[in-house]
Amino acid sequence: MKTRTTTAIAALAALGLAGAAQAEIRLGATLSETGPASFLGDPEAKTLEMLVEQINEEGGINGEQVELIMYDDGGDANKARTFATRLIEDDEVHAIIGGTTTGTTMAMVPMVESEEVPFISLAGAIVIVDPVKDYVFKTPHTDRMACQKIFEDMQGRDITQIGMISGTGGFGNSMREQCLDVVAEYGIEVLADERYGPRDADMTPQLTNIRNTDGVQAVLNPGFGQGPAIVTRNFSQLALEMPLYQSHGVASNSFIDLAGAEAAEGVRLPGTALLVGEGLPEDHPQREVVVNYKTAYEDTYDEPVSTFGGYAHDAMMILKDAIERAGSSDPQAIRDAIEQTEGLVGTTGIVNMTPEDHLGLDTDDFLMLEIRDGAWTLVD
Amino acid sequence: MSELIQFLFSGITVGAVYALVALGFTIIYNASDVVNFAQGEFVMLGGMITVFSFAAGLPLPLAALVAILVTAGIGVALNKLAIEPARGAPVVSLIIITIGASIFIRGVTQIVFDKQLHRFPSISGDDPLELLGATILPQSLWVVAGAAAIFVALYLFFTRTMTGRAVLATSNNRLAAKLVGINTNWVMTLSFALSAAIGALAGVLITPITLTSYDVGVALALKGFAAAMLGGMGNPKGALAGGLILGVLEALTAGYLSSQYKEAATFVVILAVLFFMPQGLFGRKSTERV
Repeated sequence: MKTRTTTAIAALAALGLAGAAQAEIRLGATLSETGPASFLGDPEAKTLEMLVEQINEEGGINGEQVELIMYDDGGDANKARTFATRLIEDDEVHAIIGGTTTGTTMAMVPMVESEEVPFISLAGAIVIVDPVKDYVFKTPHTDRMACQKIFEDMQGRDITQIGMISGTGGFGNSMREQCLDVVAEYGIEVLADERYGPRDADMTPQLTNIRNTDGVQAVLNPGFGQGPAIVTRNFSQLALEMPLYQSHGVASNSFIDLAGAEAAEGVRLPGTALLVGEGLPEDHPQREVVVNYKTAYEDTYDEPVSTFGGYAHDAMMILKDAIERAGSSDPQAIRDAIEQTEGLVGTTGIVNMTPEDHLGLDTDDFLMLEIRDGAWTLVD
Repeated sequence: MSELIQFLFSGITVGAVYALVALGFTIIYNASDVVNFAQGEFVMLGGMITVFSFAAGLPLPLAALVAILVTAGIGVALNKLAIEPARGAPVVSLIIITIGASIFIRGVTQIVFDKQLHRFPSISGDDPLELLGATILPQSLWVVAGAAAIFVALYLFFTRTMTGRAVLATSNNRLAAKLVGINTNWVMTLSFALSAAIGALAGVLITPITLTSYDVGVALALKGFAAAMLGGMGNPKGALAGGLILGVLEALTAGYLSSQYKEAATFVVILAVLFFMPQGLFGRKSTERV
C-alpha cells in the first residue's frame, strides 16, 4: 500500500514537472457559446479553436505551443466572473479573450484589473474602453462609431430629417442613445423615435407612424436578432419610398436571407471588410487577411463566416502579434505590447492602439455597404 | 382611416400567431388541468424541423408534414417518459415537469440543429395585398385561416366526438372516467400528440412571419399563455378571442400611444379583465361538489 502511494506521488510530481517543462502559453477564454447571445459566442468559440490549432501546427508563438482553456458562460455575467477567477487563479492563464456581451465583459473587468492579466473583449459598448482601463482592450467598433458612420453617409445624401425605430434589447437601447447623442453634430434631426420589443413579430404600426410623420427622409433601425429582418420586411410591405439604414449588429449574410433579397434591396449599413470578402478590390489592404480567414473558417465548419467570429479572429491576432513582439508570455509584457500594436491588419480594420485608445479603430475602418441583388456591395 | 386599418391588420397578424399558440394549450389542459409550458417548444420544433427538412431538399409541404409528425412523436415521448411516471403527483408538480422538459428540448435543439435564426418561404409569396389603403401579407391570412381551422376542429372534437368527450371526462374526474371504461392513459397520450401537432402546425405557419431559432418558444408560450388566460383556459373560443384581442391591443397601443409601453398597456388590460372575471372571458365557472 505504502509503495503504491509513493509511486502515485512520484507520478504526479513527474506530470507536474512535465507540464512546467513544456512552458506553454496558456490562453483563457470565456464566451457565450450557449444562451441568448449564442449566435455571437458560437462563431467566436469556433474561430478561437480553429486559430489556436493553426498556430500550433505552424510551430506556435515564439516556438511555444498555445493551450486554449475555454469556458461557456451562457451569457450569464455571474458565471463569466466565476470563470475569469478560475482562469486566473486555477488555470494561471497569461491572457484572456472573451466577454461575448458587454454584460459579461464588465463583470470580468474588476477581476482582470486587480489580478493584472491582459484581457481582450469581443463586446460592443463604449464603456469597456472609455474610460481606458490598464488591462482591458476590445476588438469590435463601438456603437457610437456606427452612428457616426451612418450619419456621415446621410449627410452625403443630403438627408437632414430622419425617423428611428429601435429595438428595446441591450444593443438597440445602447445604440439608440449613442445615435441621439451625436446626431446633432451632423445637422440631422430625429423626427420620429419608435421602439419595438426584441421578440415582436410585426412592426407595421411603428413604421406607419414614421411614414405619416411629415418630412422624414430616411429611417434608421438600431437593433439585432430577428427585429431588423422583420422591420426590413414590413418596410417593403408598406412600400416606404426612402432609404433604410440598419446597424452593424445585423452585418451577416443571414440577414439578407431572413429579410429576403427583394425586401432588403437598397438597405445600407456600416459593416466590416469580412462581409464583402472576395468582393473587395484587389488592392484593398484587408483583402488577404479577410479572404484567408473566411476560406479557413468555411472549410473547417461548413457554415458562412460572420462578423462576430471576425472579432475573435482579430483578438487572437492582436495577442499573437503582441506575444511575438514581447518575446515572452509574461502578462505584464503582453499588456505593454498590446498597447503598442501598430498597423495590425484585422477583419474589422487596421488596429493602432495607444495608451489612450484601447480599441485602435476609427470610423474609416467601417465600410458603408449596400445590399444589391441579394449581396453586399461597397458604397462609393 | 387607412392607418387604423393598418394597425388592425398588424394586430390581426400578431393576434392570430398568439391564438395559434394559445389553441395548443387547450387539449392538454382539458385532459389533465396541466398547463403545458413546453407548448412553445412544440411551436419552435415545428418551425425548426421544417427549416432543416426543407434545407435537406424535401418540398415544403412534405417538410411541414415531417415536422408535425416528428413533433407529435416528441409530444408522446414527453408524456410517456416524464408525465406518466409522475402520474400521482399534484398538478403543480406536473407543470414544473413541463418547464423542465421545455428547457431540455431547447438544449437538445441547439445541439442537434444550431443557434442561428432561420426562415423558409411564405406559402403564397411575399407580395402584400392592398385593402382600404393598408397592406397585409398573404402569410398573415394563412395564419388567420390556420387558427380558424384549428378552432373549428377543436370545437367539433370536444362537442361532437366520443373521444373529445372522453378527454373532458378524464379531466373532470380521472377515477370516474376509468370506471365508465375510458382508457385514461390513452387519452393522455392522445392529448399530448394532438397538442404537439397543433403547436408544430402553428410553428410551420408563423415562421415566415416571426422567424425561428431554438429559443423562440419561451416568448411565444408566454404570449400564448396570456392569450389563453384572457380568453379562458381550456376553451378554444377563448384561445382564439384572447389571442386576437391581445394582438389588436398591442398594435393599437403601439400605433396611437407609445410603442415603448405597448406590452405594459396590454398586460394592464389583462390584469383588469382577470380581476373582474378570474375565469377569463369565456372560461367555465368551476364548481366544486363537496
